[in-house]
Amino acid sequence: MAETPNENTKNETTLDQGGFVFSNSVSSKLSGELGDKIAKLIMQTVAIFILILLAIMVFLLFQMSAEAIKEFGFGFLISSDWDPILEEFGALPFIYGTLITSTIALAIAAPVSVMVAIFITEILPTKIGQVLGLFVEMIAAIPSIVFGLWGLFFLAPVVRETFTPFLKSIFGFLPFFDGPSFGIGILTASLILAIMIVPTITSISREVFRTVPQHQKEAALALGATREEMIRLAVLRPSFSGITGAIVLGFGRALGETMAVAMVIGNSSKISFSLFAPGATMSSVIANEYAEASAGLHLSSLCLVGLLLFSVTLIVNSLARLIVWKFSPLSRSQRQEKK
Amino acid sequence: MNTLFKWRKLRNKLFIISLSLAAATCLAPLLMVVTYMLQKGASSLNLDFFIRLPVSVGESGGGMVHAILGTIYMVVLGSLIAVPMGLIGGIYLSEYGKGGISRALRTAADVMTGIPSIIIGIFAYILLVIPFKTFSALSGAFALSLIILPVVIRSSEEILKLVPQHIREAGLALGLPRWKVIVFIIVRGNLSGLFTGIMLAVARASGETAPLLFTAFGNMYFSASPLEPMASLPVQIYTYAISPFEDWQRQSWAGAFVLIMLVVSVNLGSRAILNPRALRDFFRRS
Repeated sequence: MAETPNENTKNETTLDQGGFVFSNSVSSKLSGELGDKIAKLIMQTVAIFILILLAIMVFLLFQMSAEAIKEFGFGFLISSDWDPILEEFGALPFIYGTLITSTIALAIAAPVSVMVAIFITEILPTKIGQVLGLFVEMIAAIPSIVFGLWGLFFLAPVVRETFTPFLKSIFGFLPFFDGPSFGIGILTASLILAIMIVPTITSISREVFRTVPQHQKEAALALGATREEMIRLAVLRPSFSGITGAIVLGFGRALGETMAVAMVIGNSSKISFSLFAPGATMSSVIANEYAEASAGLHLSSLCLVGLLLFSVTLIVNSLARLIVWKFSPLSRSQRQEKK
Repeated sequence: MNTLFKWRKLRNKLFIISLSLAAATCLAPLLMVVTYMLQKGASSLNLDFFIRLPVSVGESGGGMVHAILGTIYMVVLGSLIAVPMGLIGGIYLSEYGKGGISRALRTAADVMTGIPSIIIGIFAYILLVIPFKTFSALSGAFALSLIILPVVIRSSEEILKLVPQHIREAGLALGLPRWKVIVFIIVRGNLSGLFTGIMLAVARASGETAPLLFTAFGNMYFSASPLEPMASLPVQIYTYAISPFEDWQRQSWAGAFVLIMLVVSVNLGSRAILNPRALRDFFRRS
């Protein structure tokens, strides 16, 4: 992903020179040039085909949502009625659900992940760190349905029996910790999201820490810094934008996560400020209702929810990429080194 | 001065100890999650799971052979659509990756990797379920291909970018046309890397549930027709997990175990075959 425009230009010129030398050889001139042209044409066709495919899909998504947009307009975003029988649709409960679960998940996962990443790269012996890092990456690869299964059969009862009484005994006076808990609900969904994005953020942060040049750390130590000061000054400070990008990327993943959330959030289209109450996210409502919504306004509204989710994740992911790969001084210096 | 020194040393010790403790307490639950999944899954697994069809609702016994076959069917079909296109796209990006089309393709691939899988399901639904008026294995396979495609594009690009420039120049200096250099030197010399990227993409796709929910839908038996609904392992796990029957729930754990094993073995296997940093970085990021 580390794009190096300069490098590309360099390649291109050398290759052109190669082509030039080659075109001087008379015998295979035609077949070679023709072959090159055909090969390039095929590749370009495929590339354009993929682009058109993506454009068509996004266009169709717009088209499918058109009915709902026409019917509800901007009110779709702020209306909290979601009633397939009365054909009243507003996406606010799902926007709220998505934001609250992802935010709580991020609040838990971000500090944990960065800590774990520092622990693995800087404190543990290299070998053990590598094994643990591999383990974390394996967890990132586990399909979300498996996490959903675990959430449903293990986490939900634990939340109901252990977390809820504990949280109530301390924060019971707050509206967030009001009402009974059935195990499945916003809190459980947030916790499972947190567990799922910890590996993502940890892996990327590890990668960011690894780009810190060894001599920079050694320089800090040689100046008499303690290990703590070395980590703070030579590792964490230059990695700041990289870590920010990693966290935003984790946020993007949490926003779009479907199955695990759909299984433990309880699927209620009512907005409730209690974390123990069931809720729904944009992705979970699509997962639950799409197959039943045969046609008409309901389907269109679900497509509009999908379009919203698509736009939001697109923005968040682009932001993350921008932060990691444009504003990180480390990745830039690394890119230069690669050259 | 001396007190400052002592304070710094103390702070260092405190920092390292507290960080280690905190990180260990955070890693412990992750470890517990995995051991719980594996334990529960392994104890639920039996031979019937792999060779028998489901029995009628509420009865115990039976297996998920139809779902396993369905997953293989759709993943293979999806790969047939996505892998050739993805490889060509990746080669194009690495070998001609300069112009407007390449930049657009690269962005498109990045966008597609970031699309939540449930939205991929909507795409496939609009494109293939609505025209055919039925849930179908074909639409499921198409949805999976949309998951595989961008990953193959970007991973093969990253792999081929690692080929040193002088190798291309050596080929051209021998008088080979550029397409022969690409096919016979660049691609053939990196088959294992390209293959690894494909395997990781396919492994990821075979664990996807959301895009299949309303495309391939589900089925309680196996039919080889691409225009009929088809069961898949992840969707079957989901259906069984939210069912009230204990034996079905057991089977969904068995299915989860199979999925974990598949994903982990492909991931570890790919690491054992070769160790391309760029590829690993890529999968970590996306």
